[in-house]
Amino acid sequence: MRTARAQATLWSVVGVLGVAALWELYKAIAPDDGVTVGTVTVLPRTTDIAMPHIWDMVTRLFEPVTRAAGADVLWWAVLQAAAFSLGIAVLGWVLGVVSGMLLALLMQRWITAESAVLPWVVLSQTVPLIAIAPLVKRWGTAIHLGPFQWENWMSVAVIASYLAFFPVAVSALRGLKSPPQADTDLFHAYAAGWWTTLVRLRLPASVPYLMPALKLAAANAVVGTVVAEVSIGLGGGIGRMIIEFAATASGDPAKTWAPILGAVLIGLLSAGLVALLGRGLGRFRRGEVPA
Amino acid sequence: MAFMATRGARAAAFTAAALGALTLTGCSADEAEPAASGASGDTGSEAPAELTAVSVQLQWLTQAQFACYYAAADQGYYEDAGLDVTIIPGAVDIVPIDVLTSGGADFAVSWVPKVLGAIEQGAAVTDVAQIFERSGTMQVAFADSGITSAADLAGKSVGSWGYGNEWELIAGMQASGVTLEDLEGGSTVQQAFDMNAFIAGDIDAAQAMTYNEYAQVLETVNPETGELYTADDLVVIDWNDEGTAMLQDAIWADSERLASDEAYAETTTAFIKGTIEGCLYAKDEPEAAADIVTAAGSTLGTSHQLWMTNEVNKLIFPSTSGVGHINEDQWDATVAMALETVNPEGATIISADPPEAAYSNEYVDAALAELAEEGVDTMGADFAPIEVTLNEGGE
Repeated sequence: MRTARAQATLWSVVGVLGVAALWELYKAIAPDDGVTVGTVTVLPRTTDIAMPHIWDMVTRLFEPVTRAAGADVLWWAVLQAAAFSLGIAVLGWVLGVVSGMLLALLMQRWITAESAVLPWVVLSQTVPLIAIAPLVKRWGTAIHLGPFQWENWMSVAVIASYLAFFPVAVSALRGLKSPPQADTDLFHAYAAGWWTTLVRLRLPASVPYLMPALKLAAANAVVGTVVAEVSIGLGGGIGRMIIEFAATASGDPAKTWAPILGAVLIGLLSAGLVALLGRGLGRFRRGEVPA
Repeated sequence: MAFMATRGARAAAFTAAALGALTLTGCSADEAEPAASGASGDTGSEAPAELTAVSVQLQWLTQAQFACYYAAADQGYYEDAGLDVTIIPGAVDIVPIDVLTSGGADFAVSWVPKVLGAIEQGAAVTDVAQIFERSGTMQVAFADSGITSAADLAGKSVGSWGYGNEWELIAGMQASGVTLEDLEGGSTVQQAFDMNAFIAGDIDAAQAMTYNEYAQVLETVNPETGELYTADDLVVIDWNDEGTAMLQDAIWADSERLASDEAYAETTTAFIKGTIEGCLYAKDEPEAAADIVTAAGSTLGTSHQLWMTNEVNKLIFPSTSGVGHINEDQWDATVAMALETVNPEGATIISADPPEAAYSNEYVDAALAELAEEGVDTMGADFAPIEVTLNEGGE
């Protein structure tokens, strides 16, 4: 067991180093102007502006963000921004999972609801994020409930949940409907009600369907958070940092990669969190079903 | 769990409502949104009760382009004018005028040609102070590209950010007899927020603001020399020289509130007054003003920030008729170009003259008069820009 875990750790390190090695190898052997077919660039440029050296990116992380007095060192600033975005993404994920599950339950319970709601669920994902983001912000700001004040970060969380609920709703519905007729008939014969059937049969049966959906939802929530930050202008997170650092894309190219590393970090962390959740549900999993 | 379930149900209801409304209204990226207070980068909290709370929506992120506002907030000019000002930074999908008209902010900062289009679409807003007298937009090319004027752009790959930032470029080309079809690829190339495509040679002539993207090029190492690019490596087409400059950063107010709400009209004058004092501070103390903007949350490098402050000062000073006063000839020229400049879809920015209420010197002149009474010079005739040395990466 211990050796298996050590091996897994070893391979993940090899994986990371492998990507870094590939990056440097491509940079070393490919021409500066990339590879073009006709006028279309099929492989990227390898100049220091387009692809800074890995070691330059790492060194840059240990220098301050700017030379201004009191400026944080870059890795710390990126880490803070990543934590900020991750917090919103987690909230968006939770909102998305809860609303996705509720929609799935609704659709499972009443066949009419499925016919009425499912097309909307699918349609919702064809609306571009840049269209809903300003709308969510506008509607949110119109909410006034006593001392409650709608904040920008809430809009971002709602937008993230908008992307996250879809895979959950669709997969959970499939999962809830997955028990074979014989099983539901048995529950019926025992005079078990809808609730008992749900808790004892349908929910456990939906877990293999749900796990991949939860991972997808986590990835969607992270993307939604970063994009929404850029779109509606929420400061403090990775999305804003990417836009801000674009100003140094040619003068200090290594700096622009720092928030991208931060985004990767959030992605890994959120995938890890969902994997942890999966461990808790381990006894219901007899192999996952792709979403 | 009960808590989560209610939240979830609310979210579900919200999602469903969002779906319905979106399908009914269609989806437009230009939809407006009100700005939430408490956005990061806000300034001016914990004000005494007697101060009037106002908010201003900027058109881009916190940077020295808006040094006037940040300096005014930091130096207490707004407070002296009886205001507690919240400065709301912009973002990619934020349209300042939409924020203003939907009540998300009391004032908005935006370029005139962009707003003229919005006014024709029904936005009731008034240019109450023309903070930038000159245009900061240019088209930059490398010295060896053979491009020296707008006429040379024919057959070249020409970059632009679009979204209303392209009007001076198109007007300038039109004046030189170059149409969009004459460009390589038959239109302008969509330019990103960085100058990489220009430096890599994908774009022959890139759009650049004197205070931002032009400096980004000068902060980049020229691989041929190992030194930073210099102004000698570049040629610029300056729309001020070509005669197609349009008015840029202006303060916009809600026309209906100006007419009906006396307190708002007074606030407008006070806000303009504080802003002008902020501009004067940035003129006299560019280093301090740059540091104020950085402290307000900008992550631009120190030399880049100072360069931006200095270049923005050049767009304001020396002032022809006092900072913020809208010069009729410049306004008319911008309107005339807006009527004639044809965009890629074949339409002009506006099809008829804007209403009288589109601009008003009433409030800025009142502010200038108050400042004159206090013995403040708002012309800056003696203005001399400083020399800023850009470092690699703007550091």
